[in-house]
Amino acid sequence: MSIDLSQFHEVFFEESFEGLDTMENGLLALSPGSEDDESINDIFRAAHSIKGGAGTFGFSVVADFTHDLETLLDEMREGIRAVSQEIVDLMLKAVDCLREMLETFRDKGEPQLETAKTLTAEFEKILGQDSHASEADDTEAPHHDDNCHRWHIFFKPDNDVLRTGNEPYRMFRELHANDGVDDFSVEAVVAGVPFFGELHPEECYLAWNIYIKGKVSREEIECVFEWVIDDAELSINDLSTAEGQRLSSALGAGEAAPDSPNEVVAEVVQLTPAVVSESAESVTENEANNASIATVGAVAKEPKKEKAAKESASIRVGIDKVDELINMVGELVITQSMLGQLGKEFTMDRLDDLVTGLSQLEHNTRELQESVMKIRMLPISFAFSRFPRLVRDIGQQLDKKVELILLGEQTELDKTVMEKIGDPLTHLVRNSLDHGLEPPAERLAAGKSETGQLTLNAFHQGGNIVIEVKDDGRGLNTEKILRKAREKGLVGPDEELSEERINDLVFQAGFSAADAVSDLSGRGVGMDVVRRNIQSLNGSVEVQSFPGKGSVFTIRLPLTLAILDGQLIRIGSETYIFPLVSIVESIQVDEGNVNYVAGQCEVYRLRAENIPILKLYELFDTEVESKVLDKSLMVVVESGGAKVGIIVDELLDQQQVVIKSLETNYERVEGVSGATILGNGTVALIADVNGIIKMASRIYEKAIQHLHSKATEIGSKAA
Amino acid sequence: MTKILAVDDSTSMRQMVSFTLKGAGYEVIEAADGQEAFDLAKLGKVDLVLSDVNMPIMDGITLIKELRGLNDYKFVPMLMLTTESASDKKSEGKAAGATGWIVKPFNPDQLLSTIKKVLDK
Repeated sequence: MSIDLSQFHEVFFEESFEGLDTMENGLLALSPGSEDDESINDIFRAAHSIKGGAGTFGFSVVADFTHDLETLLDEMREGIRAVSQEIVDLMLKAVDCLREMLETFRDKGEPQLETAKTLTAEFEKILGQDSHASEADDTEAPHHDDNCHRWHIFFKPDNDVLRTGNEPYRMFRELHANDGVDDFSVEAVVAGVPFFGELHPEECYLAWNIYIKGKVSREEIECVFEWVIDDAELSINDLSTAEGQRLSSALGAGEAAPDSPNEVVAEVVQLTPAVVSESAESVTENEANNASIATVGAVAKEPKKEKAAKESASIRVGIDKVDELINMVGELVITQSMLGQLGKEFTMDRLDDLVTGLSQLEHNTRELQESVMKIRMLPISFAFSRFPRLVRDIGQQLDKKVELILLGEQTELDKTVMEKIGDPLTHLVRNSLDHGLEPPAERLAAGKSETGQLTLNAFHQGGNIVIEVKDDGRGLNTEKILRKAREKGLVGPDEELSEERINDLVFQAGFSAADAVSDLSGRGVGMDVVRRNIQSLNGSVEVQSFPGKGSVFTIRLPLTLAILDGQLIRIGSETYIFPLVSIVESIQVDEGNVNYVAGQCEVYRLRAENIPILKLYELFDTEVESKVLDKSLMVVVESGGAKVGIIVDELLDQQQVVIKSLETNYERVEGVSGATILGNGTVALIADVNGIIKMASRIYEKAIQHLHSKATEIGSKAA
Repeated sequence: MTKILAVDDSTSMRQMVSFTLKGAGYEVIEAADGQEAFDLAKLGKVDLVLSDVNMPIMDGITLIKELRGLNDYKFVPMLMLTTESASDKKSEGKAAGATGWIVKPFNPDQLLSTIKKVLDK
């Protein structure tokens, strides 16, 4: 029977990645010199399972690589080897390496083995051995012997043999079933059987003499007795040799068993697989080298693409959530049948029932929607889990002492949001470690504890999830930021800004507060990218700073990407939806506050600010009721720190809308982030405020350039 | 139908073993650790126990020892699924009453031939 093992690969990868996480967390919690047996055991078990599975499912390089790791862990578990920082660091590297190998295999690639080889060498240095017996199977059936032998086997099992479920008769059958056997006989030695009164029915008192003639090798015979060899008297003698005959005749009571048959087996087993795997390795290497160099780039790229596609392939849902869902569906079915019944025999006097039924339906639908959403929700610990390792590594790299505090790990968040928040969050954490927290000496001088604190806190607030990245470092240096911003021309030389606005400058494109671009932050991915990524999730990020005491970056995100709190607005006959988060306020335009700057661009004086007025009907080229600004409605929206006022005809309802992608159903349209279907069946476009502002600024720029060119024209004419 | 209790904390291994055995016509009961297996074994006698060694809550060797203590399981064959490196586990398991072992990694054919051997009475 042949079974396609690849059907188990997905489960294997999933559980291996979980195992690697367990190992990583366990290793991070392990302090040098500790004897935390429980966590070492957990780490060991995870490694052990990965090794076993990898071997079984055909990833022998993974199994081989895990072998040394496992050996070392076993020694630690047995207390033979002390836990040292060096070993923990090495093991963490090994975990990374394993993860990479498994990811490559998952993406149908062939992993690079350089790192694995280096690490294996390091492991072996620690283990004090220069070659490790390859971990291949010894279950390969021993080969027949070409020579004809005459075997005499004396077998006297332990009295308890039956209690281990081993049946001597079964072994004889197996011996007999060997293809090489020409002649086979068994005789029982009953000398050991006690008197009936002393006979215990569960014990075995017999011994056997077995004679085999045929092309049967010693290994084959030993293999049959493999499970009982340790507790039994067993001698196997080849009567075709003089030596064997002598032994056999001396036997009688079975004294002269060959010294430890086990050793013989072990030797044979260890030799062959090592040779096999070595040659296998060199073959794969050769193949890799022979593969044309031109395709190397393509090969390296391909797995990545697949990986992205696979990231959201499956989701693990707690059984309680599924049960809840089934429950809701049950209620929905009841409501539906009630309404169906009502519809069949409806009379006007049953109108009240209908209304009740419909409100019941609404209730059911909403609950169902909420439960379905919950299925996509995962605790944020999935996103937080990478940080203990990250903080440890970066802390070491920067020579800073950091204590990481994770709060609200059970706060739940949509899976898609979770996947996309990882990178921005990582950037903020790196940033805090690099710029926020001071080196130990500086902290001591400032009267703080040597160890800096970095806190990640997640909690729900309203319909949002809030994630705070807080450090107790030096806080933002407003002076320096302002100076830099002036140098870069982000702020005019005489412009005065509030502290809040200054801090907000760190999110501006092209801004890096670091004096020198360090290895960590400032690698081209700036805070502006962080803000942009978060905004693309309909979220926001801001920073608060307390000089000398630290800073807090606060990320606000919607709980889900599938539903949006929207404000419906009407322009002409079209309905648009503005995300509620981006709306600052809605006002009636007072013509007296409108200023005309640079020709086409009008700005509105709102309290202390000048806000550009944006006519969406111009941008989207639609009909509008009235083009008169005075007394019209203006919605002030904000995105990326920029505010604009959008002129609308009417403000309609606020409601939750289900976002449908335009890209999948039509194509990407600038200024529109998606569409939804309204209660009356019409399609409404959801405004992408950020995109609209960008579109507008391009138009104004043109207008401004146009003005400039006119001015130069006039100037040159005048000259 | 011959009933086999398959015990492994690794889902993929358990699935593989179970799939292989079911395909060969055996009835399979799965357990993820020794304790669960012990409880299941008590509910109804099985004809063969196939257990991983290193598992959380209750390991395979303890499971075998506990099962051997039950009247129903005095002579039932019990095989350990173990890795070669754990040779001391083999003797430990034997002392606990294991019939024998299957060395990981193994392929479905090896698993089936060993099981057939053990169940062949």
